[in-house]
Amino acid sequence: MLIAVHHRTAYRYSRAFNHSVQSLRLFPPSGQSQRVIEWHVDIPGIDQAARYIDAFGNQVALVTPPGSNDHLEIIAHGTIETIDTAGVAGFTQEAVPPSVFLRPERMTETSSGIESMAKACQAPARLTTLHNLLGAIHKTVAYDTQATHALTTAIEAFKAKRGVCQDHAHIFIGAARILGIPARYVTGYLLVEGETSSVAHHAWAEAYVDELGWIGFDAANGVSPTERYVRLAVGLDAVTAAPVRGNMRGAGEEKLTVEVVVDAAHSGQQ
Amino acid sequence: MVALADGMMNTQASAKNKGSMKEAPAFFDEMRSADGSIRPAYQKIADWMGQQSRGGMARKQEEAEAIFRRLGITFAVYGDNASNERLIPFDLIPRVIAAQEWRFLERGIEQRVRALNLFLYDIYHRQEIIRAGRIPADLVVGNEAFLPQMMGFDPPGKIYSHIVGTDIVRTGENAFFVLEDNLRTPSGVSYMLEDREAMMHLFPELFAAHRVAPVERYPEMLRQTLESVAPPSCKSDPTLAVLTPGIYNSAYFEHSFLADQMGVELVQGSDLFIENGTLYMRTVSGKERIDVLYRRVDDSYLDPLAFRSDSTLGVPGLFDLYRAGGVTIVNAPGTGIADDKAVYAYVPDIIEFYTGEKPILSNVPTYRCSIADECHHVLDNLSHLVVKEVHGSGGYGMLIGPHATKAQLAEFEKKIKAKPSNYIAQPTLNLSTCPSNVGAGSAPRHVDLRPFVLVGDKIRITPGGLTRVALKKGSLVVNSSQGGGTKDTWVLED
Repeated sequence: MLIAVHHRTAYRYSRAFNHSVQSLRLFPPSGQSQRVIEWHVDIPGIDQAARYIDAFGNQVALVTPPGSNDHLEIIAHGTIETIDTAGVAGFTQEAVPPSVFLRPERMTETSSGIESMAKACQAPARLTTLHNLLGAIHKTVAYDTQATHALTTAIEAFKAKRGVCQDHAHIFIGAARILGIPARYVTGYLLVEGETSSVAHHAWAEAYVDELGWIGFDAANGVSPTERYVRLAVGLDAVTAAPVRGNMRGAGEEKLTVEVVVDAAHSGQQ
Repeated sequence: MVALADGMMNTQASAKNKGSMKEAPAFFDEMRSADGSIRPAYQKIADWMGQQSRGGMARKQEEAEAIFRRLGITFAVYGDNASNERLIPFDLIPRVIAAQEWRFLERGIEQRVRALNLFLYDIYHRQEIIRAGRIPADLVVGNEAFLPQMMGFDPPGKIYSHIVGTDIVRTGENAFFVLEDNLRTPSGVSYMLEDREAMMHLFPELFAAHRVAPVERYPEMLRQTLESVAPPSCKSDPTLAVLTPGIYNSAYFEHSFLADQMGVELVQGSDLFIENGTLYMRTVSGKERIDVLYRRVDDSYLDPLAFRSDSTLGVPGLFDLYRAGGVTIVNAPGTGIADDKAVYAYVPDIIEFYTGEKPILSNVPTYRCSIADECHHVLDNLSHLVVKEVHGSGGYGMLIGPHATKAQLAEFEKKIKAKPSNYIAQPTLNLSTCPSNVGAGSAPRHVDLRPFVLVGDKIRITPGGLTRVALKKGSLVVNSSQGGGTKDTWVLED
């Protein structure tokens, strides 16, 4: 499936910043489940960016937009060809081995509630355990955009029994790690089932299974990723996988707008 | 980050020795042999001591204090409102290390520092030592001090810890132990340099009567070391800077001292910014690029975009720029994993694994509570041991068995049982003594040693280092926050 993405991040300030630094992980990788046909990131200063591949395999661009301004816009756009692999992202290329994804991070720390749910999901086969976990979290934690915020931890969201995709992913990751299964956070895009155009910046979890590599689990939707998912960046949690991290010196009050439009691209484009 | 107070040590006398001076003390005296004779290296010091009058020494002591006050060497004691700035007591009698003793220490330190840098490279790359089963994966990658973000990166020269302060204690003629490796941001080198300057000023004849190996080249060697690890982006002579958390940091004096001695800028995070893949500092004459940053700011405060987002001490984007090869951070982020207390117990294995050699310097025997048998031993002998929390530093979260109350022992027993992997234990050590000026003449006091090591295009070890001395009679705590002082350390040349 061909998916066209238009991902716009816009900052507006009540008082102009005099210096801005943007650490961008806005470059989707090509791999088993997707192939990048074309991709561009537009932001002033991108040509002078410092670039590298981080420990998790993400391409990073450190950009310092020139001058002082009261607004800044970052647009990532392009076309990705996706393949339905039943959620398998496979053996992706990154410096960190799966064992690193067993670390408890602040956002993914577990409570006794999460732990007993995790233990109840345990089955002889790792893959079964993970599917049990996917079902249990989807059933237990309701989708609610008002209940949590960007810094809510897995423990807090699980206690509230509500949250958004970030919270579902953190709970899944924390629970999998408790069971000794490496798990990581993925940000990306989702073209919602049955629609040809949707607004969808999304996040889910991936867990490691020896024979298959990394497999995606979207507990917010209770499914593994299909060809309607585009992987963008991975990390230990939402913080390390964040596609845009910025710092503004001297700026006034911030208004941040993030818009993502995902389209089923015309096949004629290929 | 308390200057000189880092690494509170297990330097307590065993209960038996405490307070009972009638028995022959079980401590190694660095000046006198067991039969009372003076060891050769100390002969001239002993003769000189015999010639000094009490009043003369008192005057010299006052003169020394005036020197240090003028130099501005003070240290901050946290939570001490009455006098936030204090002088660290200076002991007039130098500690002497014979040439062949130093050669042994030097070889041992070099071997250790080399192996620990190889270990850091390995665990941030292929992790051969874990694959070989020589150290548990969880102890390394599950450790808070391990920085996953460093994986797959080659720092210039493959060096992680460029500036090292190895803490060494002596318990016998040939018994030296490494207590801590201090691979992150060790402090104290300014005291080593100032102690030497004071001694040359106070006792020029005594100094001239010995062939003392020089220490004053340290700032120059530090500069050479930093220049040798310039990043790939640097095409000309590298520009260096020292990054300090600011004037409220207890080691601020040292940061400004070292910058001054090297002739480079002392900067704070707010003086720095990144533009188009280059780190700059603001100067009166505009911006100037920085290639190598000797930072005295902890990892988690270095970059609010990569680590603690509330940090104002660092530079946004610094870590990305480092990984992209645009600047070198010294010491590298993530070196703390190699001086973590739980990893410490494996250092002898680490040395053998990477060098194929037996360790020259010994580790203090360390029981890992994560291992059931060792944990049993610790719980059975709690009152004789020093128990440390693996991620703790500066003496927080530790138990000194021989000095603990029943309640404290019970509390630690509970803590260890609840989370064994969080604790290690070590026997108490009988630190050697050196003569100290104590007002009523001289008397033996316990000492340790922190030599300073620089790792760049080559390994440079300054002869001697900082000797810390427990000035209170019978005390084995050399920390400046607890009545410890310093003394000049003389490595004799053949």
